[in-house]
Order: sequence, then C-alpha cells, then structure tokens
Amino acid sequence: MARLQLRNLEKDYGSFRAVHGINLDVEDGEFMVLVGPSGCAKSTTLRMIAGLERVTGGEIRIGGELVNDKTPGDRGISMVFQNYALYPHMKVRKNLSFSMRLKRRPAAEIEQATQHVSNLLEIDPLLDRLPKQLSGGQAQRVAVGRALIKKPQVFLFDEPLSNLDAKLRASMRVRITDLHKRLKADGQQATVIYVTHDQTEAMTMGDRICVMRDGHIMQVADPVTLYSRPANTFVAGFIGSPEMNFLDGTFEGENSVRAAEQVIVLGDEFTKRISGRSEHVTLGIRPQHLRIVAPETPGTIKGKLTHIEFMGHEVYLYVDIGPKRLIAVVPSASYDRGALRDDWVWLSPDPKGVHLFDRQSGENISLAI
Amino acid sequence: MTDHILSQNSPAARDIDIARSRETRRHRFNAALRYALLTGVGLLMLYPLIWLIGASFKTNSEIFANPGFWPESPTLDGYIKGWKTSTPYSFGTFFVNTLWIVIPKVIGTAISCTAVAYGFARFDFPFKKVLFSALIATLLLPNVVTRIPQYLIFRDLGWLDSYLPLWVPSALAGDAFFVFMLVQFLRAIPRDMEEAARVDGATTWQTLIFIVVPLLMPALISVCLFQFMWTMNDFLGPLIYISSVDKYPISLALKLSIDTTEAFEWNRVLAMSVLSLAPALAVFFLAQKYFIDGISSGGIKG
Repeated sequence: MARLQLRNLEKDYGSFRAVHGINLDVEDGEFMVLVGPSGCAKSTTLRMIAGLERVTGGEIRIGGELVNDKTPGDRGISMVFQNYALYPHMKVRKNLSFSMRLKRRPAAEIEQATQHVSNLLEIDPLLDRLPKQLSGGQAQRVAVGRALIKKPQVFLFDEPLSNLDAKLRASMRVRITDLHKRLKADGQQATVIYVTHDQTEAMTMGDRICVMRDGHIMQVADPVTLYSRPANTFVAGFIGSPEMNFLDGTFEGENSVRAAEQVIVLGDEFTKRISGRSEHVTLGIRPQHLRIVAPETPGTIKGKLTHIEFMGHEVYLYVDIGPKRLIAVVPSASYDRGALRDDWVWLSPDPKGVHLFDRQSGENISLAI
Repeated sequence: MTDHILSQNSPAARDIDIARSRETRRHRFNAALRYALLTGVGLLMLYPLIWLIGASFKTNSEIFANPGFWPESPTLDGYIKGWKTSTPYSFGTFFVNTLWIVIPKVIGTAISCTAVAYGFARFDFPFKKVLFSALIATLLLPNVVTRIPQYLIFRDLGWLDSYLPLWVPSALAGDAFFVFMLVQFLRAIPRDMEEAARVDGATTWQTLIFIVVPLLMPALISVCLFQFMWTMNDFLGPLIYISSVDKYPISLALKLSIDTTEAFEWNRVLAMSVLSLAPALAVFFLAQKYFIDGISSGGIKG
C-alpha cells in the first residue's frame, strides 16, 4: 500500500501563503506529474511530501499513515534532485549504497543491491568513478539509482531532466517511464510524484497530471482529458503547443459567438455541450483545430495572414483579426500555398476542438457531454 | 606544390615568417625580463630568511664580522649548544610543550567551529540573528580588551600556569574568525547534498559528519593551518599564563635565551629560531597541496 494522500495541505512563508490547502490522491503505482509555471508551488509541495519543508497545515499520508512529523528518512520515500545532488566526495558505489550503509545493512546485501541497481540502470562501469567524472546523463542515472536502492514506497522527482540537453532529455524520459513500468511488473511499489515545468514531459510521462498555479490545483486528469477537456482557461492555455487561441466574446443567438466583431457559428452540436450560460465568454480554439476555408464562408473567422512558419510536417499560420492574433497549425500536405502573406483568409474552427470559458471565473462551460 | 610555393617563395609568406620570428623574439625578451624582475624581488623578500639560516651556522663573532649570509667556517655549534639551552631542559622539551598547546587547540577548533558554523549556516533558531551579530562583534573587539577579565576568570578557575587557558576557549569555538569563515564557506555550498542525505535517512549529526565535513574540507584545512601557525607564533598568551620554565612553549623559550644574564649567544638564538620555523613551514607546504587540491575539487558543479 503506497497510496499518497494530501489533505488541505498548506504552506506559509511568513505572511505569504505558497500552498492553499490542496487535496490530491495518488494511487498505488501511479505516475503522477505535478506541472505548472515557475512559482506555482509544485516543488514546495514535493518538498513537503519529502519532509524537507515543514507543513503549515493539513495532512500528508503515505500508505494511509500520517507522516507530517516524520523525518524524511522515515517516510519511505526517495527523491531525485534537479542537480543530482550526488555526494561529490564519494564514488558512485558509495553514493548508491549510502542509505543502506547508514542502516548498517550487511555488506553482502549492500553489494548485491548495488549490483542489481547498477545493472538495471546500466551504470556498472561507472561504479568506481567520482561524480565529477560523470556526464550529466550518467549523473542523473546514478541519482535515480540512489533513489531506487532504498526500495521506497514513493519516488519523488524534482525536475530531474531540466539540466540535460534536449536529446538526452528525450531518452531519459523513456528510460524513467520504462523503469516505472518494469518496477510495477516486478511487483515493487512504484508510486511516482514527478515535478516538472515542461508540459511535454508531463504529457508523455504521467498516468495523471496535476496542473498547479499559484499554490492551487487547477485540474487533475490523465493527459488526454487534460488536452481535450481542460477545466479552465489556465489549463487550456498551459497544455498544448502552440498555445490555445483565446477570443473574448458574447453569445449571439443560440449557437454563435460574437468575438472580434465577427460572428462565429459553432453549430448545434456544440451548443449541447454548453453547461452554463454566461454573458461574457472566452472562446478557446486550439491552433490544430482551425482550418482555412473558401473565402467569404459565412460564420467563419476572417483575418489577415501576417506570418507563415514552415515547421516541416506542419505549417504555422499567424492570422491577425483586428488587434488579436490567432495561430493556426495546418498539415504541410494540406497547405497548398493558396494563401500568401498579407492575404485575407477565412478560418473555420472545428467545433469538436472549441471550448467556451466563463470570462469571469475562467471555468470551462462546454464540458456537458 | 602549392604548399611549397606558399611557404618558400611567396613574398607574403616571407613577411609572415619575419613577423612571426620578430614576435617570438619579443615574447622571449619580455619573459626573460619578467622572470629576472620576479627573481630579484623574490630574493629580496627571502633574503632575511636566507641570512637567518646562513647565520645560524656561523660562530657568534662571525655574525657581526661578516655581513654576507654564507658562513666562512660553518659550524653546528649554535644548534648543539642552543638545543641544550641555559635551563635544565633541552629545546626538545619546549617543542613538546608547544605540541601540548597546538594539538588540542587545532583539533578543538576544527570540531567546535564546524559544529557552530553548521548551526548558524543551516538551522533556524530563536535569536539566531542576534547571536550571529554578537559573534561578528567579537571579531571587531581588540584582543587586549578581554585580556584582564579573561585572566581573572582563568585565575578563579585555577587554570593559571597550565595550558588550559591557551586552548580551551578555542576548542569551544571561541575564535569567531574561524566560525565566520566556515559559515561563509557553507553558505556557498548548495543544500541539495544535505537534503539528499536526510532523504537517505541520515540524522543531523550523520549529515554533518558524512556529508558536510568532507565538503568543508578545503576550508577546514585552512582553518587548521591558520590556527597552527598563529598558535606556534603566539607569544603573549603563554607569556601571561605560563610561569614555570618547564612548561614554556617555543615562543617563550626563544626569548629565554635572550634574557639570560650572560652575553647573548646570537648564533644559538638564530639556530633555535630556524628550528622553530621548521614545523610551521613543513606543515604549510604539506597542507598547501591539499589546500589547492581542495579548492580545485571543491568546486561543486551540478
């Protein structure tokens, strides 16, 4: 049992409240990613779970047990730090076995565990090196190994890949998710809390993702739900690249929205999804859900094409409508250079990819179905 | 073929060759000048020491007759007689006495200052700021001001004519300078390693001993080095607290040879000075290696 529960967790720094009573349940063996912009208290939350930061209010339970007042060493957790935090004066072997040596485990057991972990992470040729003789990727693997050897109930990762270059990051991403799957298959408890500011990491690694902002949880969901049914403008804007287009507008009739002095028809199908009816709304359209249609098509968005970026398999089109700028991403194959820079174009949103948010609260009001 | 033309026949290549050799010559001349100047100034700085060593092998009369540093008829007389001293004790006794002060003081300083610095650098506790300010304030206090109250305290404790007043205050982190130095060094070390150790299950003391102390080693070596040299050279402390000749450390013993009523035997004084310099120099050169190693490997990068 290595369920992690956060109940009304709060953290104050003097008069500043960093974490505002968050609630989160992470199931046994789940890979949970905490993601958010810098300063959203995701790392603080992780450090509270680790016991490195004192809890101001609320409860942390690991495997049902309240751990608020336990030392980090007694919580059954292990942690991988952003800059590895390997002990610089110890060889890799000693780094890996430090926790076991503290517990005075028998030498044979330590040796066996070290071998097992180093085989698993392919670091056995590095065992007799000092941390300064390792590359970034190797150091990160050793850091993961040091976490692994403790056989913890919960693994905590604090932006572990942010010091690596893009290529290595991609391979480490796969390595960590593979490792998680392998541990689970071996029957080891492998609940993971993974903090990152990188939405790609979040989307590719997490079973579920917890999006945070200013010490509040904005949404907890699996990657697909997060992308296709964002709970609010923040999540909608944070997840997805390029960012979702937002247009402020008002309802015009039953199934149309007036925004940027144009009437955008969303169709009856879309209307069924709307759960609340508010005066002022924000229309959210993912760039991938805009396509160019024949000129003067009624109910579409007319704008001027200002930039065209060719990205290889797709093309980014920057379209100005009045003071607002929309981005449309179209497959290169379907972009036939019919529209050129400074041409007027008509964009039609795919109603399936359109979201409507209450402008006041930012809540998504188009999630009825 | 092209190479051949370029390197041998082309006028441009010849120009380049000439310019290059001129450049090399100028560089060599500059280097020679620089080294000559450095050697000259270096010798000038070292001359008193060289003279001291040379003079320690002279006879007493030659010291004043011959201004050069090279002894005309080298003799070990100064060393042999100086070692015997004019007291019932040989100079060896004074060396051992010095060690009785230096060793506990250096070890005590290293341990106590590390613990105190760790506390100030890593923990929050009530009145931390006030206490740290008080510590820094004692740095600014002239030593002389505390001499008399300290003397009275140690007298009441019955510690006079013992080595305790000389090393106990330092072994209780009494040297604010070292605490300050270690605090500053610790502040520059990221906390991640200590946090990792805590997650690995280390207690505060285990973290200090297994993680912080090794990271602190370069600074600790310099602390020990300074404390060693300052204690070896300390004259006033022993002068105030030590009254029996059999307990004299080197610094007092050297003065002893000057104090005797007989005519000064300068060659003995100089010979013993050379001997008393030796440990400090040896320790310095030995530690220097670690000191530099420590600095180059202590740079903690991610």
